[in-house]
Amino acid sequence: MHSVQKIIARNKLADGIFVVLGLLALSIGIGTLLALIVDLALHGAPRLSWQFFTSFPSRFADKAGILSAWVGTCMVMLVTAACAVPLGIAAGTYLEEYAPKHWVTDIIEINIANLAGVPSIVYGLMALGLFIYQFNLGQTVLTAGLTLGLLILPMVIIATRESVRSIPRNIREAVYALGGTQWQSIRDHVLPYSMGGILTGVIIAMSRAIGESAPVITIGALTFIAFLPPAPLQAVPPFVSFEWITSPYTVMPIQMFNWVSRPQEAFQANAAAAGLVLLLMTLLMNGIAIYLRYRFRKRIKW
Amino acid sequence: MLAAVPARRFKRVSTLLSVLSPRARMLRRIRERAIELVLFLAALSSVAVTAGIVGVLAYESYGFFQHVPLVDFLTDTQWTPLFDDAHYGILPLLSGTLVTTVIALLVAIPLGTIIAIYLSEYAPYRVREVAKPVLEMLSGVPTVVYGYFALLFVTPLLQKLFPGLPGFNMLSAGLVMGIMIIPYVSSLSEDAIQAVPMQLREGSYAMGASRLRTALSVVIPAALSGVSAAYVLGMSRAVGETMIVAIAAGMQPNLTLNPMEPAATITTYIVQVSLGDLPHGSIGYQTIFAAGFTLLLLTLAFNIVGQMLKRRFRQAY
Repeated sequence: MHSVQKIIARNKLADGIFVVLGLLALSIGIGTLLALIVDLALHGAPRLSWQFFTSFPSRFADKAGILSAWVGTCMVMLVTAACAVPLGIAAGTYLEEYAPKHWVTDIIEINIANLAGVPSIVYGLMALGLFIYQFNLGQTVLTAGLTLGLLILPMVIIATRESVRSIPRNIREAVYALGGTQWQSIRDHVLPYSMGGILTGVIIAMSRAIGESAPVITIGALTFIAFLPPAPLQAVPPFVSFEWITSPYTVMPIQMFNWVSRPQEAFQANAAAAGLVLLLMTLLMNGIAIYLRYRFRKRIKW
Repeated sequence: MLAAVPARRFKRVSTLLSVLSPRARMLRRIRERAIELVLFLAALSSVAVTAGIVGVLAYESYGFFQHVPLVDFLTDTQWTPLFDDAHYGILPLLSGTLVTTVIALLVAIPLGTIIAIYLSEYAPYRVREVAKPVLEMLSGVPTVVYGYFALLFVTPLLQKLFPGLPGFNMLSAGLVMGIMIIPYVSSLSEDAIQAVPMQLREGSYAMGASRLRTALSVVIPAALSGVSAAYVLGMSRAVGETMIVAIAAGMQPNLTLNPMEPAATITTYIVQVSLGDLPHGSIGYQTIFAAGFTLLLLTLAFNIVGQMLKRRFRQAY
């Protein structure tokens, strides 16, 4: 009897130790995240001002700003979204709703799983060889947007598939019973109902693309851009202009990388401030995605 | 949810049923097939991306290997493609990649596994709901920000511990990279652990085993292929990571296994060359594609092994 109690006590102790270990491991991860945010805030926050957002990069650290970087990031993201979202949703829908089981679709499936694991810098090399030197697109917003779009394409496809898969079969059958076609069931029911999941995946993918620097460096993003691309909306007809697509650009992570690589401490403060803005952008997007996922998971009960 | 569909659609469908002429039915079928074709082409585009990647890398690497014999590439111990006395040995870049990856895995595998076991076997529901999204944010932080953190926060900290540590070193880059890949390891391991059926655990409890004993001797062995898939995929992530090492580990190719030294990895070499201005078609330009091709093959091998392991754990129960 006594020995059983001893075993139980020992087991409880071992469990207790593991709980402490688990919490410790968790707090190392979360603590690093906090340290990173606090460190950036301490060094970067003093530089955050209206001037920082409305100035071009400069040789003088205290006059430099991120105007061309954040405008560039927004424009590149427009192209990225325009490329990856329709293509990814279409591909994901096909694979879930239409794809027959045979070798072509098997290849596509294996291929997507592998694409998701290709290092981002390899996409940059592909874009350098293909977009810049074969298609002659040059070092423009278009090239960067397409590169990042292809980079996040597998993420959008996977998110679409998971979301579409969770729609119960009987929704589609109800459409067929009413004489609807397959496309009608997808357009009017399956896609609208899975929009929450798709949107979550798209936002997470976009937040990944915003912070991505390696492929953009490979395709030769200039780091000293002291002008803005032409505005997409204009005061004179035809009001919409696409000239910005072929403009040189810089983006936030590149601007930050450029400042980090300089030895002067004043530029490192700029890097911290740019990093803070970038981090807030991505964390905000991640937060929105987590909130959306939580909401959609709660609301939908089939 | 169904109420959100406009009523007119239902009306149209029901009229269609009654009055569809053969012609209208044919049009309908053609439209359906056309849409299917468009969606199929979209799915095929992902294959085109792969073809583009492999094609470009293979083509430029082919040009590179016209100049440099494969044996030199694999055995030469110097990587100095841009010097007058050019050497094209990939080993120094591989050693840098190896050291940073090993350090990262030494951080990520123990922490990630402990977190996965803790979250799935011990943690109360509330802790899980909070901890998982916060952990996911670790992988959402831009890598250039991690690079800044490694160079200007972790390295000064380490220099207090090891006074002789140079400003650029593989240790701090590897450590920060390890923290970054914790969520990759932990979330996939957790999926595998969750897939282990409850009966196995209950059988173990019935035999008088403690939670820890059950986790270590029953759950983990049952989830082993999934957990090892998580490790392999984490490894592939570490091998391909660029910005952290480019910022914090220095960019000099250095054939060493000492983590206290600066060194270049395959990825940082590509960054370093891209920052300069090399003419298209030159041997220097081709080197980054040869390096990239090596990187692609490495990560591809890891990914294929990882997916095979993952498929095994999916089928196990």
